[in-house]
Amino acid sequence: MNTPVRTTVPDRSMDIHKASGASMRDTFAETVREAIHEDPRVALVLAVISGDKFREPAARHPERVIDVGIREQALVGVAGGLALTGMRPIVHSYAPFLVERPFEQLKISLSHQGVGAILVGIGGSYDASFAGRTHQAPGDVALVDTLPGWAVHVPGHPDEVRELLRREIPRERPVYLRLSSEANRAPVPVSERLTVVRQGSGRSAGVVVAVGPMLDPTLEATAGLDVTVAYASTVRPFDREGLNHLTAAAGSADVLFVEPYLEGTSAHEVSAALSDRRHRQLGLGVTRDAELRAYGDPEEHARAHGLDAEGIAKAARDFFLV
Amino acid sequence: MSMTTAAAFSRYADLPSLVGLMEGDEKHFEAAHSTLDVIWTLYDRILRVSPETADASDRDRFLLSKGHGPAAYYAVLAAKGFLDVPTLRGWGTYDSPLGFHPDRTLAPGVEIGSGSLGHGLPLALGSALGLRAQGIRRDDGTEPRVVVLVGDGELQEGSNHEAIAAAARLGADNLTAVVVDNHSATPPWTGGVGTRFEVEGWKVRSARGRHHDALHRALTEPHPGRPLAVVVTVPSQS
Repeated sequence: MNTPVRTTVPDRSMDIHKASGASMRDTFAETVREAIHEDPRVALVLAVISGDKFREPAARHPERVIDVGIREQALVGVAGGLALTGMRPIVHSYAPFLVERPFEQLKISLSHQGVGAILVGIGGSYDASFAGRTHQAPGDVALVDTLPGWAVHVPGHPDEVRELLRREIPRERPVYLRLSSEANRAPVPVSERLTVVRQGSGRSAGVVVAVGPMLDPTLEATAGLDVTVAYASTVRPFDREGLNHLTAAAGSADVLFVEPYLEGTSAHEVSAALSDRRHRQLGLGVTRDAELRAYGDPEEHARAHGLDAEGIAKAARDFFLV
Repeated sequence: MSMTTAAAFSRYADLPSLVGLMEGDEKHFEAAHSTLDVIWTLYDRILRVSPETADASDRDRFLLSKGHGPAAYYAVLAAKGFLDVPTLRGWGTYDSPLGFHPDRTLAPGVEIGSGSLGHGLPLALGSALGLRAQGIRRDDGTEPRVVVLVGDGELQEGSNHEAIAAAARLGADNLTAVVVDNHSATPPWTGGVGTRFEVEGWKVRSARGRHHDALHRALTEPHPGRPLAVVVTVPSQS
């Protein structure tokens, strides 16, 4: 791949609100606009971010499109109150301001009250690479993972965003839907089970699990290896049974887990899934050892964390001992 | 049995005995229960909610945000029949639905789990907006209200101020905040705690903590178009 000539200013818009998660974000907005019209239980709660995408439903249903201003504790707290009266709140902001800043509100104003909401985060790990650390949340899934009963979806394609929302809106449970600007070329049918994308032989080196937008680079990286590649757009609850079966059918009980957020976030799930057998595992993701103090574009950040096809390929060769 | 018990412990004068079932020692009763009179007045004279309507969508809702020291709250819920009186005895024990901070999923009549300060006001605002968004009205056409009790010390948590600012802008006049002011904010609120609500467009009233008629008036006189804050002053705990 040729390295494009770089100007001093990134060629994408410097408006971080436009640059991040554009496609998945547009599908989210379109799906929620429809849901607001169709379902009187749906209430959208915003903290300014993406408000421009909901002007029309806000005018038609001002009581169900609620912008609390730049107040993220109130954002989640208000959602908890709406849910207490029987509504289905959809709560949206940048991941760091949706999950990290008001984390105790997720724990107390939603979970502890025994109510749910659909939290839709944009920005992912480093979609806003040029905006710096303040707009990045690689630890979001690990944080939500400390709360019992949450579903965590990491779609890899805008079509999956639409389907996941349509499934979750009629339900009650707490949900974190993690959008990103990176997407795979094609959608995978939405399932809470692992989906086998490439089947390895009975003598294969093991199983690779790719989460959301990690699928395309993972497929490219493992093209020359005899491994089973499975895809997950739902990471919590995790399909332990599916991983156990795939691993049992592989030549080795070795699992490489490729996640677009903090490395090792799902290590405990792999460990629990394979507690009945000797196994090896390696987690790839956003590195934990140091804060990456660099701007640039998401591709450069992927490379720095070893999450581009080249980095994944090298890790896979080392891990599978080929 | 339960009917007899409820009848025997259903009066204001019974509240010290009910609190005594939990705390034993009654000698610090006055000082320790700054919230008792306003919670009693709410359940006795204002809120349209009963054990029979505790799950009705059109009930009034009382959210105890200041979840610390809930004995007075539990005592009122027992006096009003939401809780069985004998349940009070085991509070804080493993199998009791009544903890030192309330849990709505365990205790009948409890609207929110609280303890960590600063969650009640945003939850109350969301509840008020949710009732309004669904157009919930009682058979007589009146709109249910949401009342949240916060402490002046609790108001130091920033989450309250996010909700205070958002509430008036969103026109939530079905929301009432009762601020029990026992001067525990450190240092005290400059200009009085009510100014924090007033500047954001709330209707603010004050009442002395033990005066039931004054509390009743402050909590029931109309405040169209604006959320209501009632600052209830009680003696300092120190």
